Amino acid sequence: MATTTDHSSDVEARRHTTLTTPKDRLLQVSVVLGSGALAAVLCTQLLPVSGPVPFGFTWLAVFLVMYWAVVRRADDRLAAKDRLMSFIITAGAALVVLPLALILGFVFIRGIGALSWSFFTQDLSKTGTLDSGGGMLHAIVGTLQQIGLSVVFAVPLGIMTAVFLNEVRGPLRRPVRMFVDAMSGVPSIVAGLFIYTVWLIQLGQQGSGFAAALALSILMLPTIARTAEEVLRLVPGGLREASLAMGATQWRTVWSIVLPTARTGLITAIVLGIARVVGETAPLIMTSFGSTAMNSNPFKGFQSSLPLSVYQLLSNPFAAQQQRAYAGAFVLVFLVLALFTTARALGNRGAKPPRKRKERT
Amino acid sequence: MTVTTEGVTAADAVAKGALQAQDISAWFGQRKVLDRVNLFMPPRSVTALIGPSGCGKSTFIRILNRMHELVPIASMAGQVLLDGEDIYAANVRATHTRARIGMVFQKPNPFPAMSIRENVLSGLKLTGVKPNDADEIVETSLRRASLWNEVRDRLDSPGGALSGGQQQRLCIARSLAVDPDVLLMDEPCSALDPTSTRRVEETIHEIKDRVTIVIVTHNMQQAQRVSQQCAFFLAEENQPGHIVEAGPTTEVFGNPKDPRTDDYVNGRFG
Repeated sequence: MATTTDHSSDVEARRHTTLTTPKDRLLQVSVVLGSGALAAVLCTQLLPVSGPVPFGFTWLAVFLVMYWAVVRRADDRLAAKDRLMSFIITAGAALVVLPLALILGFVFIRGIGALSWSFFTQDLSKTGTLDSGGGMLHAIVGTLQQIGLSVVFAVPLGIMTAVFLNEVRGPLRRPVRMFVDAMSGVPSIVAGLFIYTVWLIQLGQQGSGFAAALALSILMLPTIARTAEEVLRLVPGGLREASLAMGATQWRTVWSIVLPTARTGLITAIVLGIARVVGETAPLIMTSFGSTAMNSNPFKGFQSSLPLSVYQLLSNPFAAQQQRAYAGAFVLVFLVLALFTTARALGNRGAKPPRKRKERT
Repeated sequence: MTVTTEGVTAADAVAKGALQAQDISAWFGQRKVLDRVNLFMPPRSVTALIGPSGCGKSTFIRILNRMHELVPIASMAGQVLLDGEDIYAANVRATHTRARIGMVFQKPNPFPAMSIRENVLSGLKLTGVKPNDADEIVETSLRRASLWNEVRDRLDSPGGALSGGQQQRLCIARSLAVDPDVLLMDEPCSALDPTSTRRVEETIHEIKDRVTIVIVTHNMQQAQRVSQQCAFFLAEENQPGHIVEAGPTTEVFGNPKDPRTDDYVNGRFG
């Protein structure tokens, strides 16, 4: 029973579907302006506070009250509640993003003066504390190597732990899960101290980027393991059954079915693991110690990294060093962003997850 | 409890894929769900298992390819003979048995991370077989599951993008690709629309000359349409499930010996 559509006319005009009416939008704009004006009067004439931040909050408060009153008059109670709630939720989301944007802006403005080409191509070994110039290449290289190494250690272990927690039956599961949970509560400086006492003192090794990576992987492991476990739990049991019913062994099922199905989620787990440690400073203080010179060998000699450099430069009273620290912090944030974007792109490449369809129709 | 071995003929004994369940009992924890079930499923034909919900049909069919033991608290007793050999014998690997006895589930479950083609070949990949004629296997399996014409142009698109009925036929194709002797189907059409159901039934007709089929169904008409043998399971109140009557489908539906069977197949209870 296919109905034929008349295509002789040009492109059909698409209807614009929206939950708000023009009246609603007019109302919103007028309330925003009205509450702004009232808040301005309150802040300049009546309230004992002034300045942009109190003004912002006063505006928000006045807006909420005004908006409620106006919508309440125009619509019924339920609709008014709905409007107000959706506004509060949107405002909440904006308030969460605000500090983030402020931090980024602050770091950028304080550090912009030190950002130059040489910042990415030189180290600080020949730069005096009062000089400008020089760069943070040694720290960038150090961060990349230390994070890279800790990913190499922690990702296989973490995913194996998750597979164990989720796919293996047995009495060991509960204690292991408890242990992983306890591990995620370990303060980062304790992880550093652990590597310091075991690797540096007991085993007599030198501080190095490798030692730092060991400490970082201790911190990364529980995050990856627990996140990956949650992700693996989302893989439908029917897929495991289907695989087993064709004669696959359990490990083959995990390797060929469960892990590929959960790939995007596992990448998220790795990203979260990196995010957990990339800004860690405390464990590095006693493992890689830092340096102002370029050291591209993580296994030998002290090595710097972005958070450690930022920490060490910031404890310096000189303006040039402080500026470098902020620039370093900005580069660190940017580096993390680049890493996450790459990871996301990798995760979404290839077979896209199937479109969610309704279960019963 | 009737032992239904009367249907065995000389030809049946020669063809591969004869399944014989002997004194099968099953428990979940302390609860007994099946009580000494005996059933012969002749090779190269369709056996339908019917009965009200909760009478142990699914448990029974999962015992036939050792999927029952995957449930942590499940246990069973008795023997399942595939061509005369007990699949629960100590020296038989569960993975080997499952490769010979395929299964299609109630809910279509193609592997979402794989393309249609990879889905069909997944059974081979999972059991470590490297086929020389992969393309041919894909085509034959999809043809047998009567899905080939619909997907031949998009073998590399993900299996999860198909409609529910197509997904189920993809799952059938996937099971057929490993060339099993037996195919178990646990309510394969209960999540499908009538058209897809008809296609799956056609598929069953298509493949029943090559593989022994055991199908659980709640649809009386379907049981009559697709099966040659039929077994009626029933679990009376607080009793484990057992077979009330089994035999040729025409007999069970046309001339049931037990009044309970008569009531059930004519829709008077259940």
